[in-house]
Amino acid sequence: MSKKELLRVEDLKLYFPIKGGFLGRTVNHVKAVDGISFSVFEGETVSLVGESGCGKSTAGRAILRLEKPTGGEVYYEDLNMNSLNKQELRTLRKDLQIIFQDPFASINPRQTVVQVLEEALLIQNIVPRRQRRERALELLDTVGLKEHQADRYPHEFSGGQRQRIGIARALSLNPKLIVCDEAVSALDVSIRAQILNLLKRLQKEFQLTYLFISHDLGVVRHISDRVIVMYLGRIMEVADKKSLFEKSRHPYTRALLSAIPVLKPSQKRERIVLTGDVPSSINPPVGCRFHTRCSYVQDLCRAEEPELRLTGDMKEGHVAACHYFEELYGDKVG
Amino acid sequence: MSSVEPILQIKDLRTSFFTDAGEVKAVDGVTLDVPKGGTLGVVGESGCGKSVMALSILQLLDQPGKIVGGEIIFNHEDLLQKSEKEMRYIRGNNISMIFQEPMTSLNPVYTIGEQISESYRIHQNMGKKEAYKKSLEMLKLVGIASPEKRLHQYPYELSGGMRQRVMIAMALACRPDLLIADEPTTALDVTVQAQILELIRELQAKLGMSVITITHDLGIVAETCCRVAVMYCGIIVEEADTEELFENPKHPYTAGLFNSLPRHDLEKEELEAIDGSVPSLADMPPGCRFSPRCRYAEEICLQQNPELTPLGPGRMVRCWIYSDGWKGTKEVAHYV
Amino acid sequence: MLQFIVRRFFQTIPVILGVTLLVFSLIHLIPGDPAQIMAGEAAPEATVEAMRERLGLNDPLHVQYGRYMGNLLQGDLGQSVRSSRSVVEEIQPRIMITIRLALYSMILSIILGLIAGVVSAVRRYGILDATLMLTALFGFSMPNFWLGLMLIKLVSIDLALLPPSGWGTWQQAILPVITLGTGGAAIIARMTRSSMLDVINQDYIRTARAKGLKERMVIYKHGLKNALIPVVTVVGIEMGMLLSGTVLAETVFAVNGMGRLAIDAIRARDFPLVQGIVLIFALIFVGVNLVVDISYRYLNKRIELN
Repeated sequence: MSKKELLRVEDLKLYFPIKGGFLGRTVNHVKAVDGISFSVFEGETVSLVGESGCGKSTAGRAILRLEKPTGGEVYYEDLNMNSLNKQELRTLRKDLQIIFQDPFASINPRQTVVQVLEEALLIQNIVPRRQRRERALELLDTVGLKEHQADRYPHEFSGGQRQRIGIARALSLNPKLIVCDEAVSALDVSIRAQILNLLKRLQKEFQLTYLFISHDLGVVRHISDRVIVMYLGRIMEVADKKSLFEKSRHPYTRALLSAIPVLKPSQKRERIVLTGDVPSSINPPVGCRFHTRCSYVQDLCRAEEPELRLTGDMKEGHVAACHYFEELYGDKVG
Repeated sequence: MSSVEPILQIKDLRTSFFTDAGEVKAVDGVTLDVPKGGTLGVVGESGCGKSVMALSILQLLDQPGKIVGGEIIFNHEDLLQKSEKEMRYIRGNNISMIFQEPMTSLNPVYTIGEQISESYRIHQNMGKKEAYKKSLEMLKLVGIASPEKRLHQYPYELSGGMRQRVMIAMALACRPDLLIADEPTTALDVTVQAQILELIRELQAKLGMSVITITHDLGIVAETCCRVAVMYCGIIVEEADTEELFENPKHPYTAGLFNSLPRHDLEKEELEAIDGSVPSLADMPPGCRFSPRCRYAEEICLQQNPELTPLGPGRMVRCWIYSDGWKGTKEVAHYV
Repeated sequence: MLQFIVRRFFQTIPVILGVTLLVFSLIHLIPGDPAQIMAGEAAPEATVEAMRERLGLNDPLHVQYGRYMGNLLQGDLGQSVRSSRSVVEEIQPRIMITIRLALYSMILSIILGLIAGVVSAVRRYGILDATLMLTALFGFSMPNFWLGLMLIKLVSIDLALLPPSGWGTWQQAILPVITLGTGGAAIIARMTRSSMLDVINQDYIRTARAKGLKERMVIYKHGLKNALIPVVTVVGIEMGMLLSGTVLAETVFAVNGMGRLAIDAIRARDFPLVQGIVLIFALIFVGVNLVVDISYRYLNKRIELN
């Protein structure tokens, strides 16, 4: 890999305590993220995908330190974020931004759009006061909003426009990495396409790196360079987009892919329908976490958790956590 | 398709919301046939009126919504002429409905058993014991594991997918002729969505009912529907058999929907988004409602709203492109 | 559920201990020498000293508290200074009167409040809704002693329909119960209305309608049970206000209950009696809140998640 590593996550864990009992002691933990490691290289888009409760959003928040991780390290440009004090962390924040599903949940409804952006600029104090409005208007233009909309209040905007404002706010500090947490999930298809195009354009224009968190595999396939599949707080498979969508080596990824409805009414295909629901992340299954829903389950899967591992016939960087992927898919490489 | 007698016919349905700002025409003259034993998909983006239309069929609109015109013919009778008492008999008995949010659609303070058996008790006058026995059968039918235990549990003890199964069990308890599924899997994970769609399809074949699926997801239409209507701003812009619509969408809006989807078979750097956004229902453009966003729009489109006109057998389109007077191209680009 | 009740019951123990400590301290918190005050301003030193001895005020505080608690556990609340009878004897004939008055008022509040609240919510923004809510506004804006006086003037004096005072017959109960219950009814009505409006817009109400249920069933079976959850909490708080309200209502209607006894005891500076009454009131309040918590839990199945 000649590309520069921007972010490295090592054995990241985030547990939420469950209080209970007589005195409100911690009786157990929701193991939302349970030891994940991966890297993000400069200028690429890496997606975290999985079903609800797999820990993808929590992982994103833990990486940005919006939640304090229970364990593990996050390195940003080889800087261990654990070792930073508050001041250093705040300076770093300007490089790392986040876009939410509903950006306006975190915005004061009594501020106009331009005020929201000016405030973001003020906090990091990188633009002199006199130039702030100018810079805010420039940002709005960048995300495709008009100057006459600048003095409107949040509720006057449609979903797509709101997301544009959320993007403008994230861009205001010239970040390097943007975490997109289900950023297009609430949007209608025609608007979603506009926002996806905007994200791609901005990535080129500003050399952005995206950590794209989504449950929508169609969108992920469109935007990502690499994909990380999560299940119950663990990583099941990591691969470049092409390998993942065409030569997946994990039964869970395969089931996930096969569950996406296809746009060909005439073509009825064989579908892997998983039975049951995702187990609780309080007491995840022993062994492979997917074994309770896997149709290829063996004794080993119930006993021992598989590590993420590479095999010879895989493209470099394609790893999967399954004891039996050679047996299952090894002969189908093509 | 057209040879089959429809189970439900909607004729020029108009539903409005009367707000302080005036009348908002959420459904503005919709005509549709639901094929007997088949599945009709109604697809459109948020605010297009598809859910309001679905709620209008059972007259379940919340204040200040009101049906202001049209007919809804079911079993040769107009539902809109029926009294509230007669409608009550039809709801949950002849026509049932399931909703988008399984997490909030079940009453949190009653057990699953209490909620399913209620249908039997009101429509079939069953005693408590018998109703519970029937409810247990329904839970088995919708594939819920350890149904005896679930019968006595409260909704919060069930996952989203299981709750939607319970909703389906409840809706199908009295073996309705028609099931209206309003975004039945939107709130669910993709693997659970596959389970629920499979279940509806399976039960439809087993019980021989007809289904209306309201959705924003063309993929779901492709997998479950034999016929499809595309709604935009309270009106139908295109209607066709599913295969035909997917092979050859005629309306620029339908084509635009297909084009804005990320595709795996075509590596496109940029998606073809539809410009602009859906106009507010209170402030409709004078001509064709899609004209401000339509790349083919001509003078006439901005002035006059086209009629929904037949285009070949079983196919209807509301677009000036297919009128005799159209000068420009008659091809609508799409990637299907 | 049982585990919850037991746990909740044990949790009231520290509260009760705290209450006894506060009630015990009452006598020491009043400015000046309690013995002097109780004996009277002009009492000779010897009388005051005797009073001090009788109340045990010469002992160190912890000894006093220990004795107080010891007596309490044996059901001894001390002796009234004025009547020389035990506090228990003083309270016993009165307590049931006050509990009845409070209970009837509570029932009236709940019935009136729930009906008005539900009707208002169902007919929201209509004339009936506006009328009911305006009445409710009057209901809790009116001080209850004033309402009592007005009722006496109108009903008892002008119309001569009901007796203006006393306690014993059901006719005598009507006016005090209305006086005391009106404020609570108004608050419960408003609370029920807003809670009901919230519930009516929930998805499960639409599900109930889609099932073909009668509107009445939708509202009362599926709506009200959910809407009651926040109302129950208000009822608990209301009960506390009712207890203090009895003091005024009993005075206005000359009812020989605990409230009037409290006023008399305060006037007479009969501190052991005041302590006893305050303690009883506090215990009733703790008990009511226990019941409220348990019914809240019973209604709201979702809490059991934790």
